[in-house]
Amino acid sequence: MADILNVDGLKAYYLMNYFGVNREVRAVDDINMRIGRNEVYGIAGESSSGKTSFIKVLAAAIRPPLRVVSGSATYHFKSGDIDVTTATPEEIEAVRWRSLSYIMQGSMSTLNPLRRVGHIFEDFAARPLGLSGSAFRQRISQHLEKLKLNPQILNAYPHELSGGMRQRVTIGLATVCNPEFVIADEPTTALDVVVQKDVLSLIKNLQRDMGSSIVFVTHDMAVHANIADRVGIIYAGRLVEEAPTRTLFTAPKHPYTAHLVASLPRIGDTTQRPALEGRPPNLANPPAGCRFHPRCPLAIDKCRTEVPPLELVGPGQRSACWRWRDVVPLTGSKDVHTAVTA
Amino acid sequence: MSALLDVSHVGKRFPVGGVLSGKEMRAVDDVSFAVGEDGPEIFTIIGESGSGKTTLARMILGLETPSSGEIRYEGKLVTHAGGRERLAFMAKVQPIFQNPFEAFNPLKRVDRYLESTARRFLKLSDRAGVDAALDGALQKVGLSLAEIRGRFPHELSGGQLQRVAIARALIPNPSLLIADEPVSMVDASLRMAIVNLLRELRDVFGVSVIYITHDLATAYYISDRLIIMQRGRIVEMGPARPILDAPEHPYSRLLKSAVLSPETADSATLDVSAELVAASNRSLALANTELVSGRDGRLVRIEK
Repeated sequence: MADILNVDGLKAYYLMNYFGVNREVRAVDDINMRIGRNEVYGIAGESSSGKTSFIKVLAAAIRPPLRVVSGSATYHFKSGDIDVTTATPEEIEAVRWRSLSYIMQGSMSTLNPLRRVGHIFEDFAARPLGLSGSAFRQRISQHLEKLKLNPQILNAYPHELSGGMRQRVTIGLATVCNPEFVIADEPTTALDVVVQKDVLSLIKNLQRDMGSSIVFVTHDMAVHANIADRVGIIYAGRLVEEAPTRTLFTAPKHPYTAHLVASLPRIGDTTQRPALEGRPPNLANPPAGCRFHPRCPLAIDKCRTEVPPLELVGPGQRSACWRWRDVVPLTGSKDVHTAVTA
Repeated sequence: MSALLDVSHVGKRFPVGGVLSGKEMRAVDDVSFAVGEDGPEIFTIIGESGSGKTTLARMILGLETPSSGEIRYEGKLVTHAGGRERLAFMAKVQPIFQNPFEAFNPLKRVDRYLESTARRFLKLSDRAGVDAALDGALQKVGLSLAEIRGRFPHELSGGQLQRVAIARALIPNPSLLIADEPVSMVDASLRMAIVNLLRELRDVFGVSVIYITHDLATAYYISDRLIIMQRGRIVEMGPARPILDAPEHPYSRLLKSAVLSPETADSATLDVSAELVAASNRSLALANTELVSGRDGRLVRIEK
């Protein structure tokens, strides 16, 4: 599979200078990642794990105080390669929406409440598509049919639509130019369960039709299980594990992933679920060594001082843990400390 | 043992449009259930947005007056309580809110918030007594006063804040907690800590919990009994696990079919069954319905 995105040694920090005091927050710290064409790549992580900062870089929305300190994120679009960390605003403007697109989280705050949906589409897509008038309207109507939306909604205001329809409109905006790469940031988090499944199925179908790649960000592991081909787990600004979805759920090789998978409640199972104690580290002052060690049941002295590299541990599976050989899938019935072979 | 909370034929109507339009929306429609008849339990209200679950919770807390029917707590009407009676009721029935970041005043230290609850409900005035009460409540949720004293909300993580919010609710020694979506704003890794805590409150401290959620998986994990609400009406009610294992009402089946889990990942399609959607919409349109008993002691709404 050809790659569409190569991220190499990407470090993006928030650099601040208040009254002469320098403060840096290492939100993205040395991430290496490859995403293939036609692939759905899931990114999971807690809040304040740096996943939003990471996708800000991917979406070429790097604005101070966020700065790329080193590394690169290169897209291989049909129109040519572009490294978003060094590209000029004009170069980014040329690929934005046409090749690189973004589905935003809150559909209520994305759509202008004072513009009709048709006008929002015009504001948004008329320039990248290079169409106007009836040709443009026709193109939009065709696209809305793909989204199972009635073209009549072009005359509606956002508040007249239900939450699910609004989210479809935002997905419609992001995909109307047939982009090669779509970043979806928690697109289903605020939706009801039935609508959520419907929207996920829509995203998956669109992805199949257009043959684009999607980076899908959510903290809900059950959603990843159903939509992603591969999943990467981000913890405290680092990629700690990456694997094909099935492998990640059946044979995780990082204690944090094992915990995330085990803590998922399931219908039909009432055994006690383990909960992870502690809190995510402060990225302005992260712990030395492996950043997960203060919460890790497997931590040894080495973990406290040396940073584990992200190494290949199985087919397509990479893990950043000194003790990945000792990580076994946790089951709900056992206590988190005893389920792990010490 | 008589029920802790008795909700009988409660309805809430809101006017829609202008005063003259005469249109009404039934947010809650003829809902009856009892909580805590056989000792402490976790009673779950499942519903999507617009199902009336939050309106129901507000009525139980006495923040909203029912348009019809009545809600009794230990035999007393919750809406007519005033003055001292109201205070006693508030001490016994405590809410936990959805978003811990919004529940706390960012400019006040969190222990002050706990302290004012202790002073008001426990009528404590000496420093040592207040501290003991706070520490006792915080111990129940796995924190201690030493950890949170003098801290501002932004200094605590979301999971810790939600636990402090639960500790605050526990200070007056309530017998019923109303938890409206307590885990929907919390990270996946902390979600189970909160849910396990609710379970422990029931088992160890004998507190009943009304757990309001749209997440069927955590509902299955902790609830004893549940009701499933569709547009203000109860469509299925009874013991939690038999219902979620094999739901009978079309709407309950639709909800269950939409639950995502690693096990459903192999199914070729993510499509929601159009048949179930149609069936659940049909049941919504029925005007003349009643709850009849079904399998495993449950009640299911069918056409008369």
